[in-house]
Amino acid sequence: MITLIIDGKYVEVPEGATVLEAAREADIYIPTLCDDPRLEPFGACRLCLVQIKGMPRPVTACTTPAREGMEVTTTNDEIERIRRTIVELLLSDHPNDCMVCEKAGDCTLQELAYFYGLRENRFWGERRQYSKKDNNPFIERDMEKCVLCGKCVRVCEEVQGVSAIDFAYRGFRTIVAPAFEKDLNCEFCGQCVSVCPTGALVGKLSLGKGRQKDIKRVDTICPYCGCGCNITLHVSRNEIIRVTSSPDTLNEGWLCVKGRFGFKFVNHPDRLKRPLIRKNGRFEEVCWDEALDYVAERLKEIKERYGPDAIAGLSSARCTNEENYLFQKFMRAAVGTNNVDHCARY
Amino acid sequence: MKGKDIQIKVCMGTGGLAAGGETVLRAFRESLKEKGIDATVDRNCSIHQVGCRGFCARDVLVDVIIDGEKTTYQYIKPEMVPQIVEEHIIKGMPVEEWTVKDDYRQFHEKQVKVVLADCGEIDPEEIDSYIDRGGYEALRRALTEMTPEQIVNTIEASGLRGRGGAGFPTGLKWEYARKNPSEVKYIICNADEGDPGAFMDRSIIEGNPHSVIEGMIIGAYAIGAKKGYVYIRAEYPLAVKRLGIALEQARQRGFLGDDILGSGFSFDIKIKLGAGAFVCGEETALIASIEGKRGMPRAKPPFPVEKGLWGKPTVINNVETLANVPYIIRNGALWFAQYGTDKSKGTKVFALTGKVRNTGLIEVPMGITLREIIYEIGGGIEGDRRLKAVQTGGPSGGCIPAHLIDIPVDYENLTKVGSIVGSGGMVVMDETDCMVNIAKYFLEFTQAESCGKCVPCRIGTKRLLEILTRITEGRGRPGDIELLEVLSNDIKLGSLCGLGQTAPNPVLSTIKYFRDEYEAHIHEKRCPAGVCKNLLTYTILEEFCKGCTLCAKVCPAGAIVGERKQPHRIVQEICIKCGACFETCKFSAIKKG
Repeated sequence: MITLIIDGKYVEVPEGATVLEAAREADIYIPTLCDDPRLEPFGACRLCLVQIKGMPRPVTACTTPAREGMEVTTTNDEIERIRRTIVELLLSDHPNDCMVCEKAGDCTLQELAYFYGLRENRFWGERRQYSKKDNNPFIERDMEKCVLCGKCVRVCEEVQGVSAIDFAYRGFRTIVAPAFEKDLNCEFCGQCVSVCPTGALVGKLSLGKGRQKDIKRVDTICPYCGCGCNITLHVSRNEIIRVTSSPDTLNEGWLCVKGRFGFKFVNHPDRLKRPLIRKNGRFEEVCWDEALDYVAERLKEIKERYGPDAIAGLSSARCTNEENYLFQKFMRAAVGTNNVDHCARY
Repeated sequence: MKGKDIQIKVCMGTGGLAAGGETVLRAFRESLKEKGIDATVDRNCSIHQVGCRGFCARDVLVDVIIDGEKTTYQYIKPEMVPQIVEEHIIKGMPVEEWTVKDDYRQFHEKQVKVVLADCGEIDPEEIDSYIDRGGYEALRRALTEMTPEQIVNTIEASGLRGRGGAGFPTGLKWEYARKNPSEVKYIICNADEGDPGAFMDRSIIEGNPHSVIEGMIIGAYAIGAKKGYVYIRAEYPLAVKRLGIALEQARQRGFLGDDILGSGFSFDIKIKLGAGAFVCGEETALIASIEGKRGMPRAKPPFPVEKGLWGKPTVINNVETLANVPYIIRNGALWFAQYGTDKSKGTKVFALTGKVRNTGLIEVPMGITLREIIYEIGGGIEGDRRLKAVQTGGPSGGCIPAHLIDIPVDYENLTKVGSIVGSGGMVVMDETDCMVNIAKYFLEFTQAESCGKCVPCRIGTKRLLEILTRITEGRGRPGDIELLEVLSNDIKLGSLCGLGQTAPNPVLSTIKYFRDEYEAHIHEKRCPAGVCKNLLTYTILEEFCKGCTLCAKVCPAGAIVGERKQPHRIVQEICIKCGACFETCKFSAIKKG
């Protein structure tokens, strides 16, 4: 363990921790746009500049490893002046259309502007203009709102291993883009959407469906597979409009395309809500008791007439481990056959 | 008695080639053949291409050496060659009219050539030419007589500091790498020279590639690297070609490869072509580029010497730094340290450009004054105009005003006055240069070359440029100078890498020394140097105008009206301020201001 002093406070952190991590450990707030504890440090937004005794210039807390005895100052006039300038610069190249932005209320840039009370901006000039619309089905990409924190690029490469996007061009013209600036054509896991600090990346399914403040959040488990990812349903007017996942869950906030964007079935008119039994050539809705009795009876009949090996069971990846265990137990002990398999094998 | 030894050396550096060096060389070959020189039994005549001779303004430069007696010709064109062959080579009488004059000697008088000593003398495509002048002797000594520690100590004792800009002590860098226990280490030669107007590294590689290679091998042996890279921009095709030839020749002679000179030490060098991004001269961006990633800097520490290429300890040295190494090993640390000042030892190569008479590549001892460089080596300002400022260090440097030209040129002193030594660009400016416009020029460059990663550099330099642009266009507002200063300081402190940290230097140094020019632009809407078009008006002085109509004829916009033999008038709404009338008027009747 290393002990360092941050704003006069002694903080103990494990070897290899950064100054930013140490500050968080001590509940000391350092603003940042490009940091995500789950991703490699990047040092691009420069908001987490701190002064370290003995260093000639401010350094970024997110990239600087904590060292024994280090004396860190996280705020002083000079640092706040630079941070303020950075936020002003970002806002000078931003649409500042919070009134109609999906992200309003959950936007780090907006928070920073509020924090620094930036009603006026000393800087003005050309803004990046991107009229191109990305026609992919899931992710709305508004590059005019991008602050180039690089989180989307890093999550795509480091976590998802896909590298569907990267930085293109140089200087003021720099943007994040898929290859050849074509429409995004990836796995659509939406991890990029989940880490974006501004309204540059938002889910298309939730567009115009409700402001952040009106949303009811319901924690649950993703029903799609046995991984059991923790998800949070964002519900507006009794409709799921968005799915997120918190970084402090077992899946660290990461989801796949199904968990993140596959929620439309919930309110779909074709969705099966009760069991169906074919009667006289037509499916009829029945209650669960009737359906279970019907299945039990038919299984019994088949087993008696043709033997247990005439029956086979195929289980689903959408079931939990416990459910799958019970299913094979049922097949072996109750039905009496080893004909049991699982869709994950195919 | 053996016949006369005749050598003809034609400058085939970039400057020489641009001036037609290749055709001059061919003309010599043809002319000699025609005269049957080859067949002359008692003469041993050879023609060589050589690298940059320094005085690029006088290209094509040709040396004719007869029995060791050297005559240098300047401004040589192919059609002049037969006369030189006829009179000088055959009859032994130099063509005096075309030889270099006193100013050529003056150009060289104050120079001390270490890394450029062999440049312009040897054939860069012939390894023997380098070996004949003591090349690879340092390598032999290093590998057979010295331990890596001794080499590092020698370099440390010499006081050699990085010639790429920051001036970090080379010996110390090597020592950090040498001490690192890692089994895999790398040495990289940074040849990604990108400052506008700088051509030092390019000229060294084009003129004497083996000195860089030899320096790299010695460095690799000292730190324990088995593999090296030369990161060179693809826009330097001649340098790339000559470096490739030199590497192949060095391999054939056993200076590269396995078990070099029987020492058991193995090392090889690979050329990596850069795509011309200025930011790739920054070492972490350079490493990313070699690794196949986007050329984008990362935060330091860890420094490359701890965690560099592929995560291994890596030493990155600039071309000129490495080219110094063989000469230091060959002549000793003390020999090198005799040149220069207390903290800045040795010599430095500068690309002297701008409004001086003698432009070219110069090598001077550290500590020489700017005055000596400009007025003695450079021969003073063109047209005897007044010197206004000297810009050193390229887009990362600053402008040093005329009243400070007696300061010694070294790392400390240039930093003290708000500039840097940098990689060695030196642009001389006179009273016809507008300092706001100069700052704008450099910001245009850095803004376009910013990698876009960090906010202060990406957006900050853009806003700086916009403010400068509006000032030069007469749209400056009170408070703009202060805004420039505040923003510049925040960019310097806030940026991730050296590019952003130094990009505001041209702005800050011009404000510091030429604030009055900024004020004239903003408050009086006037460009004192008469450069900024939007702030210029051309008017015809009626009392001088003879009504010759010449100005009206040359005006491309049709903005000049008037009857023949009557005073003319410029219609300001139509005038595009091209200055054509001003240049044409024979009666000085047109006023610019």
